[in-house]
Amino acid sequence: MTRGKLPRWVDYGLIPVMNLAAAFLVAGLVVLLIGENPLEAVRILIYGSLGFGEGIGFTLFYATNFIFTGLAVAVAFHAGLFNIGGEGQAYVGGLGVGLACLALDRFVPWWVTFPVAVAGGAVFGAAWALVPAYLQARRGSHVVITTIMFNFIASSLMVYLLVNVLAKPGSMQPETRNFEAGGQLPLIRDLLPGLDLGQAPLNLAFVLALAACLFVWVLIWRSRLGYEIRTFGANQSAAIYAGISPVRITIVTMLISGGLAGLMAINEVMGSQTRLLLEFTAGYGFVGIAVALMGRAHPVGIILASILFGMLYQGGAELAFEKPAITRDMIVVIQGLVILFAGALEHLFRPWLERLFASGHVPEAQAA
Amino acid sequence: MLDFLSAIFAIIFNLSTLDAAVRLSTPLLLAALAGLFSERSGIFDIGLEGKMLAAAFAAGAAAGVTGSAWLGLAAGVVISIALALVHGFASITARGNQIVSGVAINFFAAGLTVLLGQAWFHQGGRTPQLGPGARFGEVDLPGADVLKDVPVIGDIYNHLVSGHNILVYAAFLAVPFSWWVLYRTRFGLRLRAVGENPAAVDTAGISVAWLRYRAVICTGILCGLAGTYLSIAQSAGFNRDMTAGRGFIALAALIFAKWKPVPAMFACLLFGMLDAVAIRLQGQAIPGVGVVPVQFFQALPYILTVILLAGFIGKAIPPKAGGVAYVKERT
Repeated sequence: MTRGKLPRWVDYGLIPVMNLAAAFLVAGLVVLLIGENPLEAVRILIYGSLGFGEGIGFTLFYATNFIFTGLAVAVAFHAGLFNIGGEGQAYVGGLGVGLACLALDRFVPWWVTFPVAVAGGAVFGAAWALVPAYLQARRGSHVVITTIMFNFIASSLMVYLLVNVLAKPGSMQPETRNFEAGGQLPLIRDLLPGLDLGQAPLNLAFVLALAACLFVWVLIWRSRLGYEIRTFGANQSAAIYAGISPVRITIVTMLISGGLAGLMAINEVMGSQTRLLLEFTAGYGFVGIAVALMGRAHPVGIILASILFGMLYQGGAELAFEKPAITRDMIVVIQGLVILFAGALEHLFRPWLERLFASGHVPEAQAA
Repeated sequence: MLDFLSAIFAIIFNLSTLDAAVRLSTPLLLAALAGLFSERSGIFDIGLEGKMLAAAFAAGAAAGVTGSAWLGLAAGVVISIALALVHGFASITARGNQIVSGVAINFFAAGLTVLLGQAWFHQGGRTPQLGPGARFGEVDLPGADVLKDVPVIGDIYNHLVSGHNILVYAAFLAVPFSWWVLYRTRFGLRLRAVGENPAAVDTAGISVAWLRYRAVICTGILCGLAGTYLSIAQSAGFNRDMTAGRGFIALAALIFAKWKPVPAMFACLLFGMLDAVAIRLQGQAIPGVGVVPVQFFQALPYILTVILLAGFIGKAIPPKAGGVAYVKERT
């Protein structure tokens, strides 16, 4: 709202860091409440996520998921749309990836399956965003509400499909058969054995995620469509006056957003689990909201925020292992706090900083 | 076709299904009314789920430790109000994004309940199993005994009306009460006005922020009741993620009811009924249709809400100022 009064380094550097610090301060209080030492917890968390090769591998593996879902939310943000349905779009995207792998894995090598699976994930994810997008564009029903509803519909649909249609014959497990070599992405630890990644499931989807970041940067800041998206997001009436079709921009943006969310499944389904299973999205879609907010909807920021959340996931797992009192649910608590402080309370320190900087430069103005 | 209709009738107009529908719609109703107060005042709240969950945990934990259902209720309501105030602070004072704040509260509650549950009770996130005194038991309404032998009416009164716990009655009494507050009191008039046109309310010399804070406190109280109902009335203790999306179904019901209290009750009864029918039908074939997958019934409230939002069954128009923080002056 009052952006621009502060120097850029404060806006893009200091404020996110202060918000993050506040979130971790409260998280530290929670750790105290459980009766553990917060500083010790931070040490384990950082060592567990960055201290050794395998930890780094896992951190980047989780970060890959967050890059996709974060980009999905960010692209929609630029058009002034709030796509809260990344979870459902990623889930259904998994169906596209899974079907591609199941159809091809026995006949062709992985590099033939890969583009088909990418297309499958993107198309299925985008398709799941289509109805909310259409309803927002044509019927004016709020995309936030419809995407929430579609998350739950996706969940029911996938349970039904996995239990009744896709489960391997003779098994009670609600999951497909394992993909064979033609449906598995190569792991980085096999491609670059010198890196010492241990058992980390970091795979080629990480490279795809970086490519997606480049794609989003080019799309938003270097393409005509991106210009239209940003214009529409900044001022709808001005955009319409300039001849930009609101229906087209809303639908196209949501399709791109859904497609990016759907690509998350490449990392989980094709890269790591090598089968389609229930709830593989595990809340990554929702965390994408926090990632996009913290990363200021810019690909570079999103990569940094994704690595931070990847550290939380991996470090949190180590923490739960070392300190059984601090279960993995601590990660969820920290996520909630980060979303709260970096997202909803992002203006918390702003008025205070504005006064500080204003008084630093022109003290008289403050007195008057 | 006749087979199909009679089968459906037999399932729906069955005392135990109706009874289950009432029980299952109670938490939805409380949460939907909670959302009603907040959203009519212009504060979108997708954190109903988180508040319910936190209240369910607090109620389960307090009742487990003290052995008193009423102290459990108090704990549930207090925690829910606290989270509602966090949402209020983020939305009203800090002028943050209300959707993001709601998501944050859902995350926070989902993590913290299990984390604290495990740290305090060491039962995988569950709270201790509650004895009869620590729960809200069934209340027999006066006259249930006398009417027992009267055909039809006696059965309905005995099974459907009487014999629920006190929170069920509280939920259904909250419907006319909410209606009265919103449509017949000065507070309600102002609350509805602040959700449509806060600038007008401000011009009249009424504090927009204070009105909205009172609205989110109402939301907190009702969400607290909803969560408490789940853990110490319907069940005998808190389980991990025990709200299981009910906060969102309640939100769907609220939209389905076009943000009005009495229609909200019918929407919740409808969604509760869908749930009850799904449980009853599990794996059973309906003549002429075959086995309907249980997931279809689970998705139906959301599908119906989307169809409504699409404008095919009337039009759901949210409060005009919803989701936007009020800024008194131009900046």
